[in-house]
Amino acid sequence: MAGLDPAIHVLLRMQGVRRGCRHKAGHDRVLEPMSAILTLEKISKRFGAIVVADDIDLTLLRGEALGIIGPNGAGKTTLFGIVTGTVPPDGGRVVFKGHDITRMKPEHRCRMGLARSFQIPQPFDGMTVFENLVVAAAFGGGRSERDVYAGCAGLLERCGLADKANRRAGSLTLLDRKRLELARALATGPRVLLLDEVAGGLVEHETAALVDLINDVRATGVTIVWIEHVVHALIAVVDRLVVLHGGALIAEGEPAEVLRRPQVNEIYMGIEERRMGADA
Amino acid sequence: MSDFRVQHASWSSRIGTTIVVLAFVAFAAAPWWADRANLRLLSEIFAYVALASLWNLLAGYAGLVSVGQQAYVGLGAYVLFGLAMLAGVHPLAAIPLAGIAAAIVALPVAALIFRLRGHYFAIGTWVVAEVFRLLAAQTTALDGGSGTSLPAAVVVSIASSRQMREFTIYWIALAQVAVVLFAIVWLLRSRYGLALTAIRDNELGARSNGVDVARIKYCVYVAVAFGTAMVGALIFLQKIRISPDTAFSVNDWTAFVIFITVIGGIGRIEGPIIGTVIFFLLRQTLADLGAIYLLILGVVAIAVMLKAPKGLWGLIADRYGWQVFPLERRLVINKR
Repeated sequence: MAGLDPAIHVLLRMQGVRRGCRHKAGHDRVLEPMSAILTLEKISKRFGAIVVADDIDLTLLRGEALGIIGPNGAGKTTLFGIVTGTVPPDGGRVVFKGHDITRMKPEHRCRMGLARSFQIPQPFDGMTVFENLVVAAAFGGGRSERDVYAGCAGLLERCGLADKANRRAGSLTLLDRKRLELARALATGPRVLLLDEVAGGLVEHETAALVDLINDVRATGVTIVWIEHVVHALIAVVDRLVVLHGGALIAEGEPAEVLRRPQVNEIYMGIEERRMGADA
Repeated sequence: MSDFRVQHASWSSRIGTTIVVLAFVAFAAAPWWADRANLRLLSEIFAYVALASLWNLLAGYAGLVSVGQQAYVGLGAYVLFGLAMLAGVHPLAAIPLAGIAAAIVALPVAALIFRLRGHYFAIGTWVVAEVFRLLAAQTTALDGGSGTSLPAAVVVSIASSRQMREFTIYWIALAQVAVVLFAIVWLLRSRYGLALTAIRDNELGARSNGVDVARIKYCVYVAVAFGTAMVGALIFLQKIRISPDTAFSVNDWTAFVIFITVIGGIGRIEGPIIGTVIFFLLRQTLADLGAIYLLILGVVAIAVMLKAPKGLWGLIADRYGWQVFPLERRLVINKR
């Protein structure tokens, strides 16, 4: 702990205490520019012969919204797994808020402020929608159960689940399960929110409501990384876009500009057109 | 934002809790209305409700499917016999000590078997129980493999008259099951109950929401060992006689317990209670049939697993939303 830049030290401690996270001794504290909140350094991962992460370097700035697109099997979801700790990388480092978290357990990363919504929702089926949120808020947020009730009730309303508060999560439709997935990630009080295809299957006005919600979240200072095939929703939120293909970042930059690149069009836009055709 | 409150009780839990309290009072008075055989049967039922409730906490909530809980039944019983016969400890005082000893033993055992996952974990728990059985068989001070009986002096120290001894053991059995059930309700109502229920439903989801799954599982394993050993100690104090094969019986202390929990409803606090009632109804009516009785148990288990995979209480709870104990957290919004 000693010997650090005092400002960073104080900041990290404040966040740690407020969020109730316990920084493990022995984790390397790495100094980095104040603006970076999450850094991937030379992340590699393969499943057998398939390379899903090929020396990926990516830096996420505090408060930004980053979009990730790429064809199926490009390694997008695996990248989220590596960041949140459910998939161990073969090589490289993950640095979050100045800590090397490469070997940290998912639950500790969550308590540090790293929340994720799964592409396939992972609700607690036997618990009510409200109880699902209470779990996320009490444990992910490191707070006592009673303290989170009000926040969870409010979050239900924001996510359009207020009238289903006491329904068992297992009885929800897919759309509501997706809403719950997002609500649970928000309930943990994240600093960085990782969204995995939350807009898939939504109709137009639902997508618009989702975009509003994510923009609201972002306005509170939460950094966002969003994997999405519904590109028009994505570019309504993000200010930077990366394209993942075969485990490698093949393009990065301002969204509209990235989407205009011929290489990106070639490997990606076919999928988008097909999706839009299927939605219509 | 409108006003809200969170309520735990529902009309079904008010009825359920009332029935449970009335039943407790009636059972506490059983020495005045039941004969000796029935008192023994009731204490056995209480022991099974306690064992099954503890196993349900372990397997149904924490996802730790152990088939080796006989390790702690036997350990508790042997600690009681050892303390009473070799160290001169009063047998009733030895019951909590047996629980503490089992919890201490469970600490390194858990560290070892938690390295195993899924099926390997189940097999590992059984291996541990077999190791305990073999160790008990090597304990010459307690007559090794042939087993031993409590000396008359120890038995008399419980209470001077035979009737009072039986009443005392009966009341302790009732107190044990009441404490086990109360402790589980209290646990599930707490913050850790939320975590346990979340783990039951989705371990990946729980971890991703900040629940320290490994630590909670460890604590549950040790706590269940503590309770299981105290129940085991009392079972064998009542039997007066112990041997490695009876104390570490996989059939009596795990197979029947799993049967009870699965047909009653795993992962629900009411399940083991319903399951025990069904198990004893079957046993009391069919036990004279010999081996066919076990076949019928098997058929019942298979039928329930096929027709009601969540057990009988699971079927009822899903259909009617009933709960016997006030566990749910129901959000009630008062619109202004």
